[in-house]
Amino acid sequence: MREVDAARITEAVYDTCQKIAFDYAPDILARLKRGRDEETTERSIAAMDQLLENAELASTERIPICQDTGLVTVWLHVGQDVHVINGSVYEAVQQGVSKSYTEHRLRASVVSDPLFERVNTRDNTPAVIYTELVSGDSFRIELTAKGFGSENMSRLKMLKPAEGLAGVKDFVLETIKLAGPNACPPMIVGVGVGGTFDYSAYLSKRALLRPLDEPNPDPRWNALEQELEAEANQLHIGPMGFHGNTTALAVKILSAPTHIAGLPCAVNICCHACRHKEVEL
Amino acid sequence: MKRVTLPASSKDLRDLQAGEPVLLSGTVYTARDAAHKRMIELLEQRKELPIPMKDAAIYYVGPTPAPKGRPIGSAGPTTSSRMDAYTPALLDQGLTVMIGKGRRSAEVKEAIVTHGAVYFVACGGAGALLAHHIKKAEPVAFEDLLAEAIVRLTLEDFPCFVGVDSFGDDVYDQDQ
Repeated sequence: MREVDAARITEAVYDTCQKIAFDYAPDILARLKRGRDEETTERSIAAMDQLLENAELASTERIPICQDTGLVTVWLHVGQDVHVINGSVYEAVQQGVSKSYTEHRLRASVVSDPLFERVNTRDNTPAVIYTELVSGDSFRIELTAKGFGSENMSRLKMLKPAEGLAGVKDFVLETIKLAGPNACPPMIVGVGVGGTFDYSAYLSKRALLRPLDEPNPDPRWNALEQELEAEANQLHIGPMGFHGNTTALAVKILSAPTHIAGLPCAVNICCHACRHKEVEL
Repeated sequence: MKRVTLPASSKDLRDLQAGEPVLLSGTVYTARDAAHKRMIELLEQRKELPIPMKDAAIYYVGPTPAPKGRPIGSAGPTTSSRMDAYTPALLDQGLTVMIGKGRRSAEVKEAIVTHGAVYFVACGGAGALLAHHIKKAEPVAFEDLLAEAIVRLTLEDFPCFVGVDSFGDDVYDQDQ
């Protein structure tokens, strides 16, 4: 049995939180540059130029890309032959978040109670943690810090099976349209189809983690992703909502088996600053 | 490109048209959800607001903490529609300028026209770039709210666009 020290989990979370706050993932930056070249109006070009200049400044001067440095969601893919020593796994994760947000002066954006007190916890904890057991002795951490401008524009619908493909497409495009300028377009759109009410939402967020240049392994779902991306861009929401050509940088779908009576569909909208990264311990 | 100096009266803002790029300089106050809620509570209790609202400019932003040697951290706009419920009451108090991102409600647009105010939009997710146009940041009120506190900012050539002009025209309703 492989032993993993809890301190290594803290260290990995600490390091990942700060990296994603300052540096765009290379696949997203490349896609933004392509989008810039596809814009034709002064306003949309100006908006894209600001985003690209912002990316450069954030990286070189270590100022967060966006002031909303997000609510952290962590996926732990833990081998069943791993034994974590010297501490609790979840506490190790929260310590990494707390230390990184405090030391790197990222924004504390979490309130302790959603409805009554809404008091800031001061260190951006707690993060949301999902744990997946896998075979073997690997320990992989995926981490995302998502801003709420786009999270607030996400939606879920329990479609009827009879609504089928057209129902899924309409709901995804309607959600993108409703998000409009609020979600800091150009957006990345995560879609979860199938499972249960809650699992479709989980899948829609996980779908955001796949690199933009990596196609969906299933050709049918890949074709749907391409089609939705093209149709989303026909909506002409555009950078900053100024009706330009680049509305969606990508649409990414994850699907799961579901009930005979159901077709859950969740859409997790993410702004252009889709901050995520994975590390292997 | 047009330049606007803040604070600005409705007379100063009358020539601006939705969609125009503008550079803003001068004094604005940060305020977002929690600070708005408190200000409205103060108005309901007939108490004094922590900032002079006559001809004031509010920037909807919750910046990251300032790094060493800089006045402010990342400081891009937050979604303005969350402030819609509070905005008409502040316009009644003399607010003339708002900076944020995204659409405003019909009620807010109506109040903008009534008071000759202007809503500017800045680029969402360009917080590092926009911070370069903020030269000074002085705490004013509600410091317990951390990123949501009210801070007096001094802008210099802060790039944005006219979102809703004083006649109610909206950049998001225009064609390309």
